[in-house]
Amino acid sequence: MSKPPLIAALLTSSLALGAAGAGEVLIRGARVHTAGSPGTLENADVLVRDNRIAAVGNGLAAPSGAAVVEARGRPLTPGLFGGLSQLGLEEVELEAATVDADLAFTQPLWMHHWRPEFDVTRAFNARSPVIPVTRVEGITWTVLAPTTDKTLIAGQGAAAALDGRFDAVLGGRTLFVNWGSAALESSGGSRAAQFMLFDQAIREVRDPASAGEGALLLPEGRAALKGYLAGGRVVFRVHRASDIRGVIDYARRNGMKPVISGGNEAWLVAQELAAAGVPVILDSLENLPEDFDQLGARLDNAAMLNQAGVKIAFSYDESHQARKNRQLAGNAATHGLSWEAALAGLTSVPAQIFGLADRGTIEKGKIADLVLWSGDPLEVTTVADSVWIGGQPIEMRSRQTELRDRYLEILRSKTAR
Amino acid sequence: MHSHLGVYPSPSLRAHSDGNEATDPVTAGVWAEHSLWPQDPGFQRALEGGVTSMQLLPGSANLIGGRGVTIKNIWARTYQEMKFPGAPHGLKMACGENPKRVYGGRQKAPSTRMGNVAGYRQAFADARDYIEQWNEYEAKRAVFEKGAKPDATAPKPPKRDLRLETLAAAMKGELRVHIHCYRADEMATMLDLAKEFGFRISTFHHGVETYKIADRLATEGVCGALWADWWGFKLEAYDGIQENLAFVDFPEGGCSIVHSDSSEGIQRLNQEAAKAMTRGQRAGLDIPPERAIRWVTSNAAKSLGILAQTGTLEAGKMADIVVWNGSPFSVYALPDLVYIDGVLQYDRAKPAAKPRSDFEQ
Repeated sequence: MSKPPLIAALLTSSLALGAAGAGEVLIRGARVHTAGSPGTLENADVLVRDNRIAAVGNGLAAPSGAAVVEARGRPLTPGLFGGLSQLGLEEVELEAATVDADLAFTQPLWMHHWRPEFDVTRAFNARSPVIPVTRVEGITWTVLAPTTDKTLIAGQGAAAALDGRFDAVLGGRTLFVNWGSAALESSGGSRAAQFMLFDQAIREVRDPASAGEGALLLPEGRAALKGYLAGGRVVFRVHRASDIRGVIDYARRNGMKPVISGGNEAWLVAQELAAAGVPVILDSLENLPEDFDQLGARLDNAAMLNQAGVKIAFSYDESHQARKNRQLAGNAATHGLSWEAALAGLTSVPAQIFGLADRGTIEKGKIADLVLWSGDPLEVTTVADSVWIGGQPIEMRSRQTELRDRYLEILRSKTAR
Repeated sequence: MHSHLGVYPSPSLRAHSDGNEATDPVTAGVWAEHSLWPQDPGFQRALEGGVTSMQLLPGSANLIGGRGVTIKNIWARTYQEMKFPGAPHGLKMACGENPKRVYGGRQKAPSTRMGNVAGYRQAFADARDYIEQWNEYEAKRAVFEKGAKPDATAPKPPKRDLRLETLAAAMKGELRVHIHCYRADEMATMLDLAKEFGFRISTFHHGVETYKIADRLATEGVCGALWADWWGFKLEAYDGIQENLAFVDFPEGGCSIVHSDSSEGIQRLNQEAAKAMTRGQRAGLDIPPERAIRWVTSNAAKSLGILAQTGTLEAGKMADIVVWNGSPFSVYALPDLVYIDGVLQYDRAKPAAKPRSDFEQ
């Protein structure tokens, strides 16, 4: 409603094209933050053909029939990463009937089987109302993560696009593991037992005959875990520096490729993380000693990790507020992280972490997930003006914008101002 | 507004869970300040975000959770030293899902929203009786003190009831009533309740649907202490919109306040105000920064009954001042200097000199 009429008209035309399945869009005159090696390109053009970026450069000619969007110097970035989330898996957290991310069988904890075969992507609902709320803010993809906390292994997830298509899962299959004090209940009260139990699970995979009565894994679970012990990506949710060191070493010795999630004390072991090439997915707003695993939490965690050469990405631990990820990056930049690294933590780095080779940067041949911003994309007073996912323009509406429009009209009719 | 620092401090361990006296739906007799741990490191983090005063409330498990307190954000060994001089107490009440979930889960009333309302009404009806008992006693004592009957015995005062004393104080306007309430229709029910029992509601808190009845709240002179964009975690928060603060601010007399019940959110109230201002502007409302700044300053002071002392930069007021390194409506903005009562409490250039909780020594 506050969009300049020109842009609105152009959007309408590109929408029409999208609907027809043709698809050339030229975004002209943008400040293109590629998030890749070319860095930032001033007054640059991006040509989108079908679902991919066909060209990036200055003074590109508009092919005949292409929709043209005049950026007028506004910033253009790759579509943003929505963090590790439950988008499409959870409508209302406190309503269990609307939540599919948690596997909560009701046996006593010590009787729980570990279920690495639990794969949350099978429950993904592309039509969740939370998805449009999120993508109109420039978030174009996420990594679906299970939240199971009754066992150390939460289950598997993968990356998904937020374009509303049913078949939105992109790849980037990952196993999620809980570690440290947050997982004490599922490890008999001691974190030492976390290694003990994991040893048992690994033995069951490598030597199925050992999986007798009291086995942690079912045959399906052994099959699922096996792949992760052969170089698979495993996200460990862990904060304490000593635990992070333990996890890096343990993962390496057992063939897993670790990613640290949380990592509020990761800065204390930045050199080890850098040497092992282990990335950290963090919430840069966490600066309080929320428990004894996080006594070292501080606002420049991201900056110090980056300085040491650790790849960092951002994730806010609340699906409905996945849009807050941008604020995490902005605050990390305020507290010492370079602006470019902050943007990379929302774009190219998470794409690299999850092995999505054709996303995360604005470069020729990449999938056209693009966001045109009203201003600095890390700034809280900036909004997404236009969003494309896979070359398709997203309708900039959600149930929140519907409610906004309905009640603004009522409010105006009831008040003198 | 609406902080739980000190009552749900960091580290958030079991022994620190002092914010909800969840043993009865009406615990009007408890006071948040008696749970307040002055060594919560969250106070210093909030100071670094420019927070000079704050309201600390009990949690929302109960229909009537107890008294809230307003403090100055200074490092002190005791809560008594932190209390804002002369600030009225608040009364914390809660609508909706929380009380009915907590008590309904125990097969105890309330388990429904109608149960919630019956609970408030009975409590205030009891308080009304209590006021009458004391009025009768005061009348008898007045007669006795005049000494008309020389051999009469002194009247015996009614037994003090701390729960009813607090509710009576709210009905007499001595406390400010703060209600955790998400849904617009429930806010209207609470306005009816206030009318029935003759008390005034200062502020609805959380209020993700406040925008739906912004005109009504402005007419009634009730503020909304709100998040910029928090929503969806429970059903009564499902209709959240990012224009909530801006819409509540819009009518003549509208009173929006950016609040945070989280130890993270309270560190960046300026950013939350900036987001909400932007959304309002994008919806076509005229909200200059000098208006939006009230959402984190004077409107909060008005809600808490301390506007005469703080909340604006005017001669004669307490020197509670934040010097920013740029416009506070930016993700890159940080307070350079924070003064409370004219004393420099935080200087960003001197990290070694900043106040530190005992827990972080």
